[in-house]
Amino acid sequence: MSSRDQILQRLRQRRGGPLPTPEQDFSPLQRPPWTLDEKLARFRAAMEPVHGEIHDCRDRDWVVELAALLEAREVTTLLVGNGPAPLATLSSSAAGLPELMVYDEPVDNWKTHLFSQVDAGLTTTRGGIAETGSLILWPGAEEPRLISLVPPVHIALLNASELYGTLAEAMAGQNWSSGMPTNALLISGPSKTADIEQTLAYGVHGPRELIVLVIS
Amino acid sequence: MTDANTNDVRQFHPRARAAIDNPQIRQNFRRAMDGLMDKRSTAFKDWDLEALRTLGANVRQNALAQLPELLEQLEARLIANGVTVHWALDGDEACRIVAGICKARNARTVIKGKSMVSEEMHLNHHLEQHGIEALESDLGEYIVQLAEETPSHIIMPAIHKNTGEISDLMHEKTGTDRSTDVEYLTASARQQLRAKFMAADVGVSGVNFAVAETGTLCLVENEGNGRMTTTVPPCHVAVTGIEKVVPTLQDMSALLALLTRSATGQHITTYVNMISGPRRPDELDGPEEVHLVLVDNGRSGIYQDDELIDTLRCIRCGACMNHCPVYTRVGGHAYGTTYPGPIGKILMPHLIGLDEGRHLPSASSLCGACGEVCPVRIPIPDLLVRLRQESVDGDHLHPAVVSGHGAKREWKESLAWQTWRLIHGHPAAYRLGTAMASRLRALQPSRLGAWTRYRTAPKLAGRTLHQQVRERRS
Repeated sequence: MSSRDQILQRLRQRRGGPLPTPEQDFSPLQRPPWTLDEKLARFRAAMEPVHGEIHDCRDRDWVVELAALLEAREVTTLLVGNGPAPLATLSSSAAGLPELMVYDEPVDNWKTHLFSQVDAGLTTTRGGIAETGSLILWPGAEEPRLISLVPPVHIALLNASELYGTLAEAMAGQNWSSGMPTNALLISGPSKTADIEQTLAYGVHGPRELIVLVIS
Repeated sequence: MTDANTNDVRQFHPRARAAIDNPQIRQNFRRAMDGLMDKRSTAFKDWDLEALRTLGANVRQNALAQLPELLEQLEARLIANGVTVHWALDGDEACRIVAGICKARNARTVIKGKSMVSEEMHLNHHLEQHGIEALESDLGEYIVQLAEETPSHIIMPAIHKNTGEISDLMHEKTGTDRSTDVEYLTASARQQLRAKFMAADVGVSGVNFAVAETGTLCLVENEGNGRMTTTVPPCHVAVTGIEKVVPTLQDMSALLALLTRSATGQHITTYVNMISGPRRPDELDGPEEVHLVLVDNGRSGIYQDDELIDTLRCIRCGACMNHCPVYTRVGGHAYGTTYPGPIGKILMPHLIGLDEGRHLPSASSLCGACGEVCPVRIPIPDLLVRLRQESVDGDHLHPAVVSGHGAKREWKESLAWQTWRLIHGHPAAYRLGTAMASRLRALQPSRLGAWTRYRTAPKLAGRTLHQQVRERRS
């Protein structure tokens, strides 16, 4: 008999018989229905203490804000996805952006370059979670996984209207249970560690900085 | 198990003594545990913690109640998503499976994310025997690996070392300049590990929750090494205990809320990484191959027992360690087991038996703190008492779920209790015995073995209890 069948058989033929299935009450996790302003305030209150930087922008001037932030950091290359949405806005902008690098070929062809030559990466988000100050990312063909991980600075665009109260609300609102992408992420701040004597240090493996442009 | 890690479990007492005598170790743990306890209580301030713990316990209980069905559902979903699923009866089989995957890809280097199951099965050692280099990438695990040690805490593997010790270690092993600047040491590790991420043939990670309804492997971390490990190499192998499966994403969200707050007092970790499949043809990164190895290693045995099954609820947050007065004083290495502290004391006897792990259930003051903080309400103190009983009881009060029943039974102790029972069962013998004891109390030895090493011996009363009660009544 295969290991699989042996394990399943042992579990099925449990000596103690069937196990009880208690009622589950998820209400302790529920939060009151926050207004958009309350959600924004909570998002900020959760994200800023873990060194996430938040900037409020209006629909079109996020590119101007972005350009200023990148210039202050002396970013010379900005990695973006190959999808039409932010790319069109970026390439048509006269805001004085650094060189745009479009992620449009398999990582295997340019891994070394990606790891050593890219200063910042820009991604969209599928919304955010106010309670925990988290961004929801579903990387995919248009926006590969590594944009939000390898460059030292990650800039994320968040539509204020897509801010959910809790993770459970986001999962229900976007119907996650009907099928998940190959990779889905919650990102709540820049990469960090406290493994050396409980002292916080940022940017251990992922980005040192996370900048969120909240667009309303 | 034949590894050095578990061989010296019997040496708990000398190692605990050595740790207690080492002020550096005690200080490192004391500071860290105090900090973690504070952070946890702050993180739960605005919550109905008891209701949340009940939810956590019920979610895990429900998952265990349908464990075989959930494992089949998880497997079916993962296969549909393009993931290869393997099953392993024990750690050795799991190691062979991982080594087999590596060999099929001609892999020479493996980069690892944090995984306690891989520690449990001694994966690194096994891979090295097959000529495959396995490098830990979690900063704490990396430090522990450089020092050729094992983790002393399941969440903070290098918590036993201070910055100076880590600086010396990194200088010696990697040539990093000595520094007490944590930012500098971290940046140095980042640089060295980035090269390894790029070059690695296979990434091996653990799993915090496996969601059956969607076939999703959920990894919780702060550093990003878990994301690197599961994204950059062309092949990702996840290893997990069979108990980690939960029915739905909603269940996962409840356990996630408890896990991070209980572990480090964070409302959420920096990254929650949900993996449901390998790179699709139109995607530009992510592994081409994803494997899941489901490891039993004694879990289906624990599953048979109505009380011990509660240990399978564990979500590995480490709160029981952080709150344990024994762990805080002796540190994680004193136990000599993969999982130290309270959860280790009830989990390891299943894996290594009560003969080998004879000192584990009694390495506790039974203060109850572990049971009070456990986010899934595992009755750790009750289970410790039960295992203590089994370790001295020769009879089979319970079916032998844990091997080594009666390993600690001693004829002197056994004789003492048999005499006690005899005297208390016969009034005449009781009266004679207590009368003799109170009269001959001058002969009582002032040293009573281990009992009087740190205490003064109790003195027998001059008059028996019966005599005293009679006097009061008259």
